Amino acid sequence: MEIDPFIFRFSIFILAIFIGYYVVWSVTPSLHTPLMSVTNAISSVIIVGAIIAALASSSNNIFETSNIFGFLAIILAAVNIFGGFLVTQRMLQMYKKKKKDKK
Amino acid sequence: MISANLSAIFYLISGILFILALRGLSSPETSRQGNFFGILGMIIAITVTFLTVGNFSNAIIYVLLFLVIGGAIGAFIAFKIPMTAMPELVAGFHSLVGLAAVFVAVSAFLNPQAFNLGSPGNIKLASLIEMSIGAAVGAITFSGSIIAFLKLRGIMSGSPITFIGQHFVNLLLGISILALIYYLCTTQSESFFWGMIAISFIIGVLLIIPIGGADMPVVISMLNSYSGWAAAGIGFTLENTALIITGALVGSSGAILSYIMCKGMNRSFFSVILGGFGGETSTGEKQKKDQKPVKSGNAEDAAFLLKNASSVIIVPGYGMAVAQAQHALREMVDALKKNDIKVSYAVHPVAGRMPGHMNVLLAEANVPYDEVFELDDINNDFANTDVAFVIGANDVTNPVAKTDPKSPIYGMPVLDVEKCKSVLFVKRSLSPGYAGVDNELFYRDNTLMLFADAKKMTEDIVKSI
Repeated sequence: MEIDPFIFRFSIFILAIFIGYYVVWSVTPSLHTPLMSVTNAISSVIIVGAIIAALASSSNNIFETSNIFGFLAIILAAVNIFGGFLVTQRMLQMYKKKKKDKK
Repeated sequence: MISANLSAIFYLISGILFILALRGLSSPETSRQGNFFGILGMIIAITVTFLTVGNFSNAIIYVLLFLVIGGAIGAFIAFKIPMTAMPELVAGFHSLVGLAAVFVAVSAFLNPQAFNLGSPGNIKLASLIEMSIGAAVGAITFSGSIIAFLKLRGIMSGSPITFIGQHFVNLLLGISILALIYYLCTTQSESFFWGMIAISFIIGVLLIIPIGGADMPVVISMLNSYSGWAAAGIGFTLENTALIITGALVGSSGAILSYIMCKGMNRSFFSVILGGFGGETSTGEKQKKDQKPVKSGNAEDAAFLLKNASSVIIVPGYGMAVAQAQHALREMVDALKKNDIKVSYAVHPVAGRMPGHMNVLLAEANVPYDEVFELDDINNDFANTDVAFVIGANDVTNPVAKTDPKSPIYGMPVLDVEKCKSVLFVKRSLSPGYAGVDNELFYRDNTLMLFADAKKMTEDIVKSI
């Protein structure tokens, strides 16, 4: 009997939750704010779905309703990706300055 | 155009890079490398998606255009945002992830062929359930985050909004979402899909309005978690490993942060969710405090105490950030260090308005991160310290949490500030903090109240030292 591919994806999902659990507990509390902004940025990998949706062509019209939702999702996710990573970078940069100041 | 198998491998790689991005945050030294891994993972995921779709119609121009527009807006916000506004920013970003999840789900529902999910009106059952979950959680994340954003920004009052039968209404709406998903699966009818999304938006609002300002750190962490589960739901729909892994990581990350925040306030997760905390002040306590004597002093008194100390612990709170006093504070600490006084900072887990907020604010003011300590690491040091300098913090120093079982904050871990030889408490007035509880510390013999704006007081102290 064959195993449904869903079960494989579900296994990946559960294992990733465990990885997340252990990795996040090892994050130092002083970096919890950057943690939140970076998780924000990476969860915008949902842009992958948005790009597929935007480029999907069932007809010659590239502005079908489903495409438009894709375009909108791209804007939202792009704001998040750039905003999330850059603001994280900005915060982490401040932690670096300190080290140099001290030494 | 690359094969589905090859692209799946690349998605796995970007998933692993995202894990490494979080792993990097275990110490400030490795954190920047971690962020780089995250960016790399994102670039790989996006590039592979373009290559997999392969079929570059005219639409690609618009995709790139919107990518650039969104990116420019994001970059602009990232550089402009003041660090005190991080909680609002993160709440705002959560809402975008939520809405993006809804849009992708809608798009997949309208054009399932593009995602290999069947045809309109005949979508695979599993995919239908997955996209419904993704859309529902996404919608809740969106509207909930908008409310959180408005509350944090001060556009909406931070006090809880409750009405009779609130939990019953929420329960009813929750059940109706499940019912709509069931009917959607049996009939494939579009109207059930839209109805489910609409109700999810309403639930998101109703879930967050009863939660008070003091509990906002929990709310942000919780919405962080939701945005992850929404992404994972979409990941299952799209059969995309990178999205599934990321969703799981973000979901568990937000859940852990919520747990840490709840523990920091000694509140159960459910009591936070049910809300109604942090709004009222009991009048009985107000009368009591008028009768008690309070010692107050000025900047010279404070400077004198500080100069004659050999060790000082600074206890910063959100009030410090509001007054923008962190830079003045750092100048004060520099002056003290010149006099060979040992200075460290004590940060409570819920200081500030989101997890780790205070650490970022101190880092911005050039405070070395190895001088900043967490509650557990520093709490025993107060007894051997000459002066505790409390600036902008309140509830987290209240000894009542240890002594009075009747107090609403009883059992909350607090900083043992009162064990210092003397306590300097910078505050505008004797008003209680977020929890609405009078702080016993104000009336202790070894407490000197400094009634002033935090920034001005700190600057005056610097002058007097």
